[in-house]
Amino acid sequence: MLPAKFKTPSQKSLNRRMASIPDGLVRRCPVCHTTFLTDHWEPARLCPACGYGFRLTAMQRIKLTMDTFQETNAQLTVPDRYTDAAYQAKIARGRQLTGLNESVLTGFGTIDHQSTAIGVMDAFFVMGSLGTATGEKITRLFDEATAKQLPVILFTSSGGARMQEGIHSLMQMAKVSAAVARHSQAGLLYIVVLCDPTTGGVTASFAMQGDLILAEPHALVGFAGRRVIEQTIHQTPPADFQRAETVLQHGFIDAIVARPQLKQRLADLLRLHKGES
Amino acid sequence: MVKSAYQTVQAARSQDKITTEALIDGLVTDFFECHGDRVDGDDPTIIGGIGRLNGQPITVIGTRKGRNLTENVARHFGSPMPQGYRKVQRLLQQAEKFGRPVLTLINTPGAYPDVASEFHGQGEAIAQCLYQGMQLKVPYISLIFGEGGSGGALALACGDRVYMTVDSIYSVLSPEGYASIMWKDASRVREAAAALALTPQDLKREKVIDDILPEVHTAAELSQLADFLHEQFKILGKLPISTLIDQRQTRFDQY
Repeated sequence: MLPAKFKTPSQKSLNRRMASIPDGLVRRCPVCHTTFLTDHWEPARLCPACGYGFRLTAMQRIKLTMDTFQETNAQLTVPDRYTDAAYQAKIARGRQLTGLNESVLTGFGTIDHQSTAIGVMDAFFVMGSLGTATGEKITRLFDEATAKQLPVILFTSSGGARMQEGIHSLMQMAKVSAAVARHSQAGLLYIVVLCDPTTGGVTASFAMQGDLILAEPHALVGFAGRRVIEQTIHQTPPADFQRAETVLQHGFIDAIVARPQLKQRLADLLRLHKGES
Repeated sequence: MVKSAYQTVQAARSQDKITTEALIDGLVTDFFECHGDRVDGDDPTIIGGIGRLNGQPITVIGTRKGRNLTENVARHFGSPMPQGYRKVQRLLQQAEKFGRPVLTLINTPGAYPDVASEFHGQGEAIAQCLYQGMQLKVPYISLIFGEGGSGGALALACGDRVYMTVDSIYSVLSPEGYASIMWKDASRVREAAAALALTPQDLKREKVIDDILPEVHTAAELSQLADFLHEQFKILGKLPISTLIDQRQTRFDQY
């Protein structure tokens, strides 16, 4: 008979041992496919091999970027008229994951003593899609910034239009564009930070209207999705065709800035536009 | 007889639908077509130029499908490339310089989804059409007379007035796309058409469009449409530019 220490563990004890391993301890980078331990990856959440920044919630992004922050229009949410049960469930899940009432977090605050308006889209809320209230929050952010004569920094991260809200989602693209135009006419600075992923109607509107357009390394940035291209015109896109590095080469991004340097870079750019050294 | 949503989709895509060329011919005289985006190329899917609407010089810009397979291959079945949207931008700027009102004629399934268009910045090209359209300093009227497919259509639909003809649709994506994304079942296209609320009646109720215009085929019908559009341009032309832009932006702010 074998000594007791070599006994096959009971199912109960296996379950207990499995439960003691934290979820997400090991992650696989979607870009370079390196598998790594996440025990030291907070707060920036980077792939140690290629520097890809994993998706953050809007709250995590604010903590990483802002020294002070005051949220605005926090209560704005999906209009009541969208009663579809499957959609309601998606919204409930989004709320639970992000602590937000819509796919964007907006407000005002400071980075290294520079005042700015800031908006952060949250890919964990119905894929960061452009709902009616998302468009409304971003529009208000620009208009409030125009009134306060402040720059706007917007972190984009979105699957595009929100299908469940139909034509009203599409109209947000025009609505936000008008608010960006009003802000720009006042001579104010608008910085976009393209985060993974920025696609569809968001790319085709405010994500591409910044005075300065930054991107995080390897972020997916594009209009039509890979699957749409493959299924509609039966073309196979190259592997890296919508990565930030490719989009920069084609002339649509000013600079790719790694997450650890992003805060300082934003502060420097804000300062440059105020004429301070 | 009132058509079902899907019947309206079929009517909007009908082969008998008036072509953009015929529409321009019937609406304006002395049409001079302007080719090219001045940067990169000339997308034949976008036709644009200068003409007279009841005597008044206007800029006309339209998306166009082909009349046969050869044309449809060249024009990607009415789906513009970034070069097309940059032609739109150039013509908007030109119209603004000369104080010419702008008429856009829209019949597109959407922007062309291919690798080259991605490389040439399809998203940026559409984004700049919206950005310019929302602050254009001349009266701007948009007419959707077939398919109004998503951002690719919205790029030309930022008008002070937006109209649709009876047999036309306007939606955030095609019913086929909606069915496959929402239900993973492309065969539920009829249901999808209804769910999208894409008919002119639906969109007028939602105040996304101002009015529904009759289909045009004959010279007499085209002349009536020209009279109607000319009248609207006259009304818009009386407003101070700042009021015009305020009203346009407020129109889109309500959504």
